[in-house]
Amino acid sequence: MSLKESENKNIIEVKELTKKFKSFTAVDSISFEVKKGEIFGFLGANGAGKTTAMKMLCGLLKPTSGQGNVAGYDIATAPEMIKSNIGYMSQRFSLYEDLKVWENFRLFGGIYGMKTKEIEIVTAKMLKELGFEKERNTIVESLPVGWKQKLAFSVAIMHNPAIVFLDEPTGGVAPEARRQFWELIYSASQKGITVFVTTHYMDEAEYCNRVTIMKDGAIEAIDTPRNLKLKYGVNSMDEVFYELAKI
Amino acid sequence: MKQFFVFVRKEFLHISRDVRTILILLLMPIVQIVLFGFALTNEVQDVKVLFISNESNETAALINHRILSSPYFIPVDTQASATDAESLMKSNQVSLIVNYSRNFNGTMAQEGAGQIELIADGSDPNMASAILMYSSAIIAESLADRAPVSLKGQGQVSLSTELLYNPQMKSSYNFVPGVMGLILMIICAMMTSISIVREKETGTMEILLVSPIRPMFIILSKSVPYFILSVINLATILLLSVYVLKVPVTGSLFWLVMVSFIFIFVSLTLGLLISSITHTQVAAMLISGLALMMPAMLLSGMIFPISNMPELLQVFTKFVPATWYILAVKKLMIQGLPLSSVVTEIAAMCAMAAVFLALSLKQFKYRLE
Repeated sequence: MSLKESENKNIIEVKELTKKFKSFTAVDSISFEVKKGEIFGFLGANGAGKTTAMKMLCGLLKPTSGQGNVAGYDIATAPEMIKSNIGYMSQRFSLYEDLKVWENFRLFGGIYGMKTKEIEIVTAKMLKELGFEKERNTIVESLPVGWKQKLAFSVAIMHNPAIVFLDEPTGGVAPEARRQFWELIYSASQKGITVFVTTHYMDEAEYCNRVTIMKDGAIEAIDTPRNLKLKYGVNSMDEVFYELAKI
Repeated sequence: MKQFFVFVRKEFLHISRDVRTILILLLMPIVQIVLFGFALTNEVQDVKVLFISNESNETAALINHRILSSPYFIPVDTQASATDAESLMKSNQVSLIVNYSRNFNGTMAQEGAGQIELIADGSDPNMASAILMYSSAIIAESLADRAPVSLKGQGQVSLSTELLYNPQMKSSYNFVPGVMGLILMIICAMMTSISIVREKETGTMEILLVSPIRPMFIILSKSVPYFILSVINLATILLLSVYVLKVPVTGSLFWLVMVSFIFIFVSLTLGLLISSITHTQVAAMLISGLALMMPAMLLSGMIFPISNMPELLQVFTKFVPATWYILAVKKLMIQGLPLSSVVTEIAAMCAMAAVFLALSLKQFKYRLE
């Protein structure tokens, strides 16, 4: 397989994926693909079905109907295999607050089946990249929110997953810290990790390679931010979002 | 398996970071044993006794002598009339009044009959009944000895009482099993449920469920540190009760420990159940506190005897796990009965554990909804 082919490989393939909770349809027959190494933005208002869709992709929820393939595994039949091959980080999660920084790395490295030696090497490397070498023995609780967020992201990708799912990762973080966080996302993407990110900050949507906008459980639009802006004849993703909301 | 050990280590770290909690958990059994063993005593001790007698007489003198020679009674040095006696009782200067009827000696000699009035302070009913029981036993014994030879062997019934397993009526014999039940329950059920719910509350549970670690491992590794803490506490309680409270382990220590392990298991499953139906630490604590501790203290027979309760309540006590454990401990530890005598208790606890486990597994969401 040539480099070009592997770059064009779909790492996530979803076809008519549906999730119903009793009579309520949370996700209504959505279909899309995500390419390897892509930064894929998943947008939508609260209750649009983003989280439910993402939980199905992570192997946390069984779909009611439709198919999904994540990192080469079927989401309905092999959720456990998917779990080993993805990383996950959510806004609520900022590591174990009462553990030291390196203890968090050791714990999650261990959970993802990494060898002790490997964990040590990766931890040292990541802390160096972040410039947090001095914080190795700090209890997480005493770190600023922005730092915790960066650490949480590093922990989520320390086992070098095929995809990392970020559920509103920058909620409650100052704009400057958010920009720094996106630098981390870019560097992960350059290493070949696919980034699947939900957000409701429209300025962040501009940073994505491609975005999907969900509304009432269905996909309203899916394209690059540039094409979407052209299509709706507006200057920002924010306006694209409002145009879509009007419909 | 490595995942499991990594996770257990994390649980120990959580506990070790919270020094205050661990201190409370380790000191709690000591404090409770001391409190229940010494402060909450029903034992007859240093009872201030006042004798009221209008004339000196032989029989009364003998009875008085017998009562005072028992180590539990001390005399009050006043010559008081029956009316003074009441005010002395009110001011707590006297705990027992022995009032001989008028011309006690005479009637005893002539008719072989007489009246002795025993008065105790009923505002403390447990204490009063213990005092009355003890003093009337002494009096009965003295009268039997005093009875004329001619009357002896004429169908006169002499009553002799004996308290099996706990001859000195030490209340610690009752409290030690109760404290064991209470402590193990608190640590296993309450602490386990809180520590699981904490992960839900902080959102880390979500991360764990997305990770490849098995939900079963999460639960199991949560219970490991608390299991170890419970074993330490069990050892503390047993050592304290044997060497400080002088409550011996009459039966098999091995089976006592085994039965305790079963109870620990029941409590762990109960903690699991609580954690699966609650979402916040406060709720978990309230449920453990109200739904576990109160029944464990009040309905298990630890403080109030079950046989004295209304029938409906008695049925209810059957559903309190601590009831069965305390019963089993009393049989094995205090009465020294063999294992075969606690089969019912063991079966009841196992059945409860099975039900709790089934319910909580059904409730526990392997996939976040």
